[in-house]
Amino acid sequence: MKIGVVTFPGSNCNADAEFGATITGNTAVRLWHKDTSLPSGLDAVILPGGFSYGDYLRTGAIARFSPIMQSVIAFANDGGIVFGICNGFQILCESGLLPGALIRNEGLSFVCKDVNLRVERTNSPFTRALSTGSVLRIPIAHGEGRFTAPAEVINEIEANNQVLYRYATEDGTLSSEANPNGSINNIAGITNARGNVMGMMPHPERACDPLLGSTDGVSVFASLALELSSR
Amino acid sequence: MKTYTASIIVSLRRAILDVQGKAVENALHSLHMQGMANVRIGKHIELDVQAPDMESARATVEEACAKLLANPVMEDVHIDIAEKAAGASA
Repeated sequence: MKIGVVTFPGSNCNADAEFGATITGNTAVRLWHKDTSLPSGLDAVILPGGFSYGDYLRTGAIARFSPIMQSVIAFANDGGIVFGICNGFQILCESGLLPGALIRNEGLSFVCKDVNLRVERTNSPFTRALSTGSVLRIPIAHGEGRFTAPAEVINEIEANNQVLYRYATEDGTLSSEANPNGSINNIAGITNARGNVMGMMPHPERACDPLLGSTDGVSVFASLALELSSR
Repeated sequence: MKTYTASIIVSLRRAILDVQGKAVENALHSLHMQGMANVRIGKHIELDVQAPDMESARATVEEACAKLLANPVMEDVHIDIAEKAAGASA
């Protein structure tokens, strides 16, 4: 299976995302922000972390209008699998592929540390290799990760079970202490209503090798691989 | 066509906690500047726009705000438009 990883000016997790995409046997395809189409036969697209276009105006606001994003938006609207990590999540929210927005962390600081994520459901393309209620230890590194949306949108997201990951304690309890950025309902990752687009602030691609302290991120990419091989 | 200057203020929606504003408010209070509250921090964007009249200038700027300059999920905008004085430069 071919997984495309987009590099925008300012992306800095593209190589890690390519690594994550390949550890489960898939092939990573490098995509450039100026590309006006996606290669044929592409099975999924990853928007990696970083600071695309310097985060000018708002995080993801400029990247959303880059040439490749028009193809990515069309790909997603056709049911293609699109996965945004950190800045990729911000770009997906700005492009309207995911609901809500990501704003300045409640504590104002850039937070770079390992967090615990509780898996909320496993019947999604992005969590198929996981078990509900299990807890993953994966790092975050962001200044603008506080998920927010109008109350009616939050209600809709919750009613549709669109939340895939929440910040939790080690034993899977939700608490404000376990919430690193003040996200509403401890939300760390969501899908769209259709289920083919997902964004998460934590970095599973940085938790794919024992040398980096955790291999919990592998299961996220394994889920993606499982989904693609069953399509 | 005339040239209009738009002054746009983008701020977080009232319902969203403005943590920068809160931090600045606390700093003001620590300077013993009491009696100050509800500090809100936003962005100021200024731009020139060519349009036949004020109404169409405003419509163009509103479109720019909706598409790019602000994110309606989290931000409010306030737009002031004035005809640019002849001979004035940027």
